[in-house]
Amino acid sequence: MQASPKLEVIDLACERGDHRLFSGLSFTLSGGELMQVQGENGKGKTTLLRALCGFVQPVAGAVHWCGRNVEEWDEDFHAQTCYLGHLNAIKDELSALENLLLTAGLAGVKLTEKTALDALRRMGLRRREYLPVRVLSQGQRRRVALSRLLVVDAALWILDEPLTALDVGAVDLMQELIGEHLSNGGMTIFTTHQPLHVAGIETRELLLS
Amino acid sequence: MMSRLTVFGLLGLVIKRDLLLAMRRRADVLTTLIFFVMVVSLFPLGVGPEPDMLRKMAGGVLWVAALLASMLSLPRMFSADHIDGTLEQMMLVPQSLTVMVLGKIVAHWMLSGLPLVLIAPVLGLQFDMPADAIGVLMLALLLGTPVLSMIGAVGAALTLGLRGGGVLVSLLVLPLTIPVLIFGAGAVEAVSGGMDAASNLSLLGAFLLFALVFSPFVAAQALRISME
Repeated sequence: MQASPKLEVIDLACERGDHRLFSGLSFTLSGGELMQVQGENGKGKTTLLRALCGFVQPVAGAVHWCGRNVEEWDEDFHAQTCYLGHLNAIKDELSALENLLLTAGLAGVKLTEKTALDALRRMGLRRREYLPVRVLSQGQRRRVALSRLLVVDAALWILDEPLTALDVGAVDLMQELIGEHLSNGGMTIFTTHQPLHVAGIETRELLLS
Repeated sequence: MMSRLTVFGLLGLVIKRDLLLAMRRRADVLTTLIFFVMVVSLFPLGVGPEPDMLRKMAGGVLWVAALLASMLSLPRMFSADHIDGTLEQMMLVPQSLTVMVLGKIVAHWMLSGLPLVLIAPVLGLQFDMPADAIGVLMLALLLGTPVLSMIGAVGAALTLGLRGGGVLVSLLVLPLTIPVLIFGAGAVEAVSGGMDAASNLSLLGAFLLFALVFSPFVAAQALRISME
């Protein structure tokens, strides 16, 4: 990993259908910074985050990671990001533990069962580790999805509505996790309609309108 | 401490994952197999039980049934992962998307193609096929069913997220599988007619190699388009 990772968005424009969501969007995010994307429904928050991941092709502009276009980085960029979308990306048929081991495995992290169990327990899923995710509540499923953040070593966290369905305790935990991530030199860009404050960190705001 | 998955690591992991999921949802695998057995068994009831006629049409019937059965599970190839968001995560895997797709194709074949190959001899006996014809039938299915999964993967990726994609994928894929059907059934017919099936089997082998080289890449591109 680079000493000081940096994400630059340069004059980015995205469309959905024929509808221009935003254009001329530029910002820079460096290690240790937290950015909240704000805007009303349908203003392109999710599209922006998906464009950062490379799912959406921007109509203009570019995204640079450590000074190089992410299209050149390709898979190496993916190795340094962790994306959490609206969907939890977990399999109902598998247990929380199996889900975490699989996602981590795909991200190239060889996880011991103990590390995985520790991560799940930290996310408040004690005694739920071996249950099929199917029987868990919405909030618990979200916790399973979030536990990925604990085990994947990524510099850039891209979180789309991470707090959906979480209770107060879990929101506190998320704030704590993001705080740790930032103090380790990582960066986070997220959207939320709930308040999220990380102690000692000023949240930069990006308004899409 | 960035560790990267090797190509084979990813391939193995994706296959293992899909097989594990299938084991938790066995009904899906059984549906394909039971459909195959039922369609094949309906023919003697429909056209009458004369052994000569049954022997003559066995190869064609088994191949058409295999083709239709393999269409059954195609729509689910990517859509299940698409709906719960796991496909997005798999596209962010720091390794080639083509390899990921190849893993899914192999797993799909092991779950929908391989069972057909294994049950085919039993159904062949039902049609009074001679032993050498059964051998060639199995070999032809072994070469041909992976091609069906590969062509099917491209169709499934293209129709991902479309309303009524399930039917559409069959309409899209079935015409493209006609060569496999012709040479697959041709191989069985050749050996029943006392000729050599080698040319038919070589052509099936050529299809397999051709599809192996191109289809994972094309399906991966189609997935990228469908995910936008």
